[in-house]
Amino acid sequence: MNRTLYGNLIFELSKKGRKGYSLPQDYDRTHTTAELPAALRRKEAARLPECDELTVVRHYTNLSHNNFGVNDGFYPLGSCTMKYNPVINEEIAGMKAFAGLHPLQPAVTCQGALEVYYNLQESLAELAGLKEFTLNPCAGAHGELTGLMVIRAYHESRKDAARTKVLIPDSAHGTNPASAAVCGLEVVEVKSLADGTVDVEHLRELLNEMGSEVAAMMMTNPNTLGIFEPRVLEITELVHKAGGLMYYDGANLNALLGECRPGDMGFDVMHINLHKTFSTPHGGGGPGSGPVGVREGLEQFLPTPRVKKVVVNYDIPEDGPTEWEGFIVDWGTDSSLGSIGNFFGNFGVMLKAYAYILSLGSENIKKVGPLATLNANYIKESLKGEYLLPIKGLCKHEVVFDGLVDKTTGVTTMDVAKRLLDYGYHAPTIYFPLLFHESLMIEPTENESKETIDAFIAVMRKIAEEAKTDPELVKTAPHNTPIGRVDDVLAAKQPVTTYWKSLEV
Amino acid sequence: MAKFEEGLRYSESHEYIRVEGEYGYIGISDYAQHALGNVVYVDMPEVDDEVTAGEEFGAVESVKAASDLISPVSGTVVEVNEALEDTPELLNEDAFANWIIKVQLSDPSELDNLMDVEAYKEHCKE
Repeated sequence: MNRTLYGNLIFELSKKGRKGYSLPQDYDRTHTTAELPAALRRKEAARLPECDELTVVRHYTNLSHNNFGVNDGFYPLGSCTMKYNPVINEEIAGMKAFAGLHPLQPAVTCQGALEVYYNLQESLAELAGLKEFTLNPCAGAHGELTGLMVIRAYHESRKDAARTKVLIPDSAHGTNPASAAVCGLEVVEVKSLADGTVDVEHLRELLNEMGSEVAAMMMTNPNTLGIFEPRVLEITELVHKAGGLMYYDGANLNALLGECRPGDMGFDVMHINLHKTFSTPHGGGGPGSGPVGVREGLEQFLPTPRVKKVVVNYDIPEDGPTEWEGFIVDWGTDSSLGSIGNFFGNFGVMLKAYAYILSLGSENIKKVGPLATLNANYIKESLKGEYLLPIKGLCKHEVVFDGLVDKTTGVTTMDVAKRLLDYGYHAPTIYFPLLFHESLMIEPTENESKETIDAFIAVMRKIAEEAKTDPELVKTAPHNTPIGRVDDVLAAKQPVTTYWKSLEV
Repeated sequence: MAKFEEGLRYSESHEYIRVEGEYGYIGISDYAQHALGNVVYVDMPEVDDEVTAGEEFGAVESVKAASDLISPVSGTVVEVNEALEDTPELLNEDAFANWIIKVQLSDPSELDNLMDVEAYKEHCKE
């Protein structure tokens, strides 16, 4: 790429009066802005860039080459952000038979789509060990809110509406307390032990103190440090005894897939991020999906519409008794939460998740969790000489280091992450979880080959070596990227988000 | 290396309080500003707001993380350090000179629950 010419901003390429189009002389100018009320008319021309078409095309094509995603190279953010999206998912979701559907068309005209929808509900219920799922929530956080609304509805149905507190471990994802607050519930923090797991004694104290006010406890397992909560059965039992329900945040479900199920651990309600565990895109790649599952006895509170399977028996005079098996849309019962969004949720995303489940099959889906865990532990054991491992022992799908072992060089986790960019890797999650000052979290997922992981380990070791021999090189990284180290303090304090404004500053 | 100041009382969540008569100046320790890195925003309460020992009264946002500020004592806010609104980096320059809020203590006995500098040094080593 010629960066001098095309690495500029589109505004810098602009030449006054340059156009990428021409209108015919006799172009009908009957309708002009003069017809608009004066208050709606621009007082000065919009300051848009003026370029010829070829310059625009080259500019954006070159920019697109600066993207880095899981299709370009190793991406240690793992399922936490988005794991690899198999191509077949896109093909299935793009089929006209699915893409052309309308949510209001009669159920009898889209039985195939409803069957897929129903089967995905059933598959997720089986994988989670729960009774029923709704696919309506449009993202993980939307799922959290929906799940908490189900919990509230449950307590209200038992005339126990005084339960307004939600217990959340201090290691939890920030969405947990945010969702609880949006649902009108009060957050109570449960402390962690030094190894990052829930302090069960503190939980006991809290339950003794306020048990009758506890609506639920929200947990991620394995937790945000990638550690499986060893006392999870005791925790769910304690909360149940106090009358509360257990909510499972499915963010880290990838580690358990096929190995163990939230329902079997005693969880009552959960959400699944399809874009994390079931290989669908999100963020810039497409909308998300956060299905919510519940144990038996809570399904009547799930939002509508619901897709249900029915068997109808009818008698045709000449053919005799006939059985019709099909799928219907249930638009609601009195106990249901009602609608929580756009009809059925993001159906395209569900098709991709269902394609993924069927591609793997019940035999291979069991390998997802174990392989993701193996890969993370391989990295952990390979790098613990160079990077400080605050929590020893087995991790699950992700491993957290607390920066470099050698702290005398002054090289921070931020510097290591920036230096990784020079070697063609995406940076890992840094400074989260907050339990350590120099957190550096790596999640390879089950998809990476041993060769890819070995190459990454070699680079991480090389950076640790550079931190000793040439710390300035690491502290000033990146050097091989289109732009170098950005001033994140200035960006946070004085964000300038429009080009023309930046000229005026 | 983090600096520690004598004569202050410290909390486990790394706030300090400098007591002068019935008033206390509350800020974050030098150790805390080191751990947070470049501070870009300080969320402060307003004058006359009530603060409670052990409860949040604001937040410090750095390029690394946002951390709640936990009040070491209970009382009424009588002054906030307005300089931090435009120049939050003062906390990085000198965390002890740049207190965040001044509080009129409602229960001075709460000070006994806080650490002295030696105990706080030990706490930071853990």
